Amino acid sequence: MTPAIKVDGVVKRYGSLTALAGVSMEVAQGEFFGLLGPNGAGKTTLISILAGLNFATGGSAAVLGHDVVRDYREARRALGVVPQELVFDPFFTVREALTIQSGYFGLRDNRAWIDELLHCLDLTDKADANMRQLSGGMKRRVLIGQALVHKPPVIILDEPTAGVDVELRQSLWQFIRRLNRDGHTIVLTTHYLEEAEALCGRIAMLKQGQIVADDTTQNLLNRFSGCQVRLKLSPPGLPAGLTQLLSEGGGDDCRLTLAGYDELESVMAALRTAGVRVLEMEVGQPDLEEVFVRIMNH
Amino acid sequence: MSLPTDHSPPGPRFSALTGFSTLFYKEWLRFWKVNIQTVLAPVLSALLFLLVFGHTLRNSGEPYPGVGYTAFLTPGLAMMTVLQNAFANSSSSLMQSKMTGNIVFVLLPPLSHREFFFAYLLAAVARGLVCGAGVLLCTVWFVDLRCAHPLWVAVFALLGSAVMGVLGIIAGLQSNKVDELAAFQNFIILPLTFLSGVFYSIYSLPQFWQKLSHLNPFFYIVDGFRYGFFGAGDVSPWLSAAVVAACLAALSLLTLWLIKTGYKMRH
Repeated sequence: MTPAIKVDGVVKRYGSLTALAGVSMEVAQGEFFGLLGPNGAGKTTLISILAGLNFATGGSAAVLGHDVVRDYREARRALGVVPQELVFDPFFTVREALTIQSGYFGLRDNRAWIDELLHCLDLTDKADANMRQLSGGMKRRVLIGQALVHKPPVIILDEPTAGVDVELRQSLWQFIRRLNRDGHTIVLTTHYLEEAEALCGRIAMLKQGQIVADDTTQNLLNRFSGCQVRLKLSPPGLPAGLTQLLSEGGGDDCRLTLAGYDELESVMAALRTAGVRVLEMEVGQPDLEEVFVRIMNH
Repeated sequence: MSLPTDHSPPGPRFSALTGFSTLFYKEWLRFWKVNIQTVLAPVLSALLFLLVFGHTLRNSGEPYPGVGYTAFLTPGLAMMTVLQNAFANSSSSLMQSKMTGNIVFVLLPPLSHREFFFAYLLAAVARGLVCGAGVLLCTVWFVDLRCAHPLWVAVFALLGSAVMGVLGIIAGLQSNKVDELAAFQNFIILPLTFLSGVFYSIYSLPQFWQKLSHLNPFFYIVDGFRYGFFGAGDVSPWLSAAVVAACLAALSLLTLWLIKTGYKMRH
């Protein structure tokens, strides 16, 4: 099946600065894909190249098999982008903004779909309000509506929940999840890693313009498999046989990284043998944030 | 929020020309929604010019035989209004969209560089003509204005507004800030407009300035437009039309190339 997005050796240079240094990746149709990376990693540049807002210095990118430069009309018709910045046109009402955006994509008589979008985004009672009168959250919803107004099979959300309150964030994710279940391919960039972990089936991580990880979310979490154990000990200090497991701390507060839960028993036995009492114990698994930090610091 | 039920492809409602016509419509709405500022104010300014200059210079002689100064001035002011407003429409719309970031709404859809160009151009022409018509409609009641060659009037109104619409697109693309656009307007457009013979016949100027005026393309626009009213001008309307059309073609080609390469937009 044609990938929803295919990026092949994309390079973007601004003078001496290399924003993207040969990025290649694919997103399959129907995936919920996360694109993560610290600020300045090149996420927005990559999205801009896919959306035609920027031209690559080298390499190629395609949306549903349509090259974003040579076959830009089809590529853009297949793509809906929710931009990171909260932008709006102050001359128009919500309905006008959606109708105009629909027209840009060559769609006539799109009123039924626009009404449905307004309803889904809880904007029906604001349909005739000027964009200037809306709160930040409502403007964000209109941006999502504008990205969906031509029913694109591939949707890119560039940090859509930045500065959005918890309630709206949850309702937005509910909406986006349903779009994904209906077959839309979703590409998400976010700095909220717990969101990415909960939503994305696959994640790529960008660092200094290069892909440093690209795998399913579960495989990424498993890459740092095992468990984390935090122990408060009395007297302080690990027995000599356990020091190789120490990942953080020392003395009376130690964090150990174990291969699995079954290793816990042998750790406890070693502590008992050494006459060290366990005052407190916390056991946990690494989350995406920890995986992200480790990959970025690697 | 509830689930939208229909995610089927757009299908038969798609129309190739809709993108272009929507962008034109949006640009039209953009100026029409604030018509006090974009139409009435320039018409009023032109009328004030006419009142002040027409009154103070009414005894300065006849620029053309049988044509009083106020009548001579009126087409010039109408054309000046056309030129300035056509320029203002495309330039301010583009610059503001770039400055506020909402240009992405036009850049993300599958609009070609030609659709982009002609939509902005047509809207600029429309505003220029609406404002120019406003000036003529207001003056027709108290100025003895005839229209010897209506076709030339229409030709130069269209050519003039189109040239300025294209220049406005270039200025809008070039400018990222209000002061950059103001510099373009104040140091290029305004001097060329005022020195184009709006207020005088160039034959009233010294030889050197007459020759210099022939290098100003705006002079041909104003002179050709005036010829349409009085059947008399400083140069042949055919020469004026040729010069203006050549300028329009050259500027259009340059602008199409700038838009196609995403100059100061897709970066």
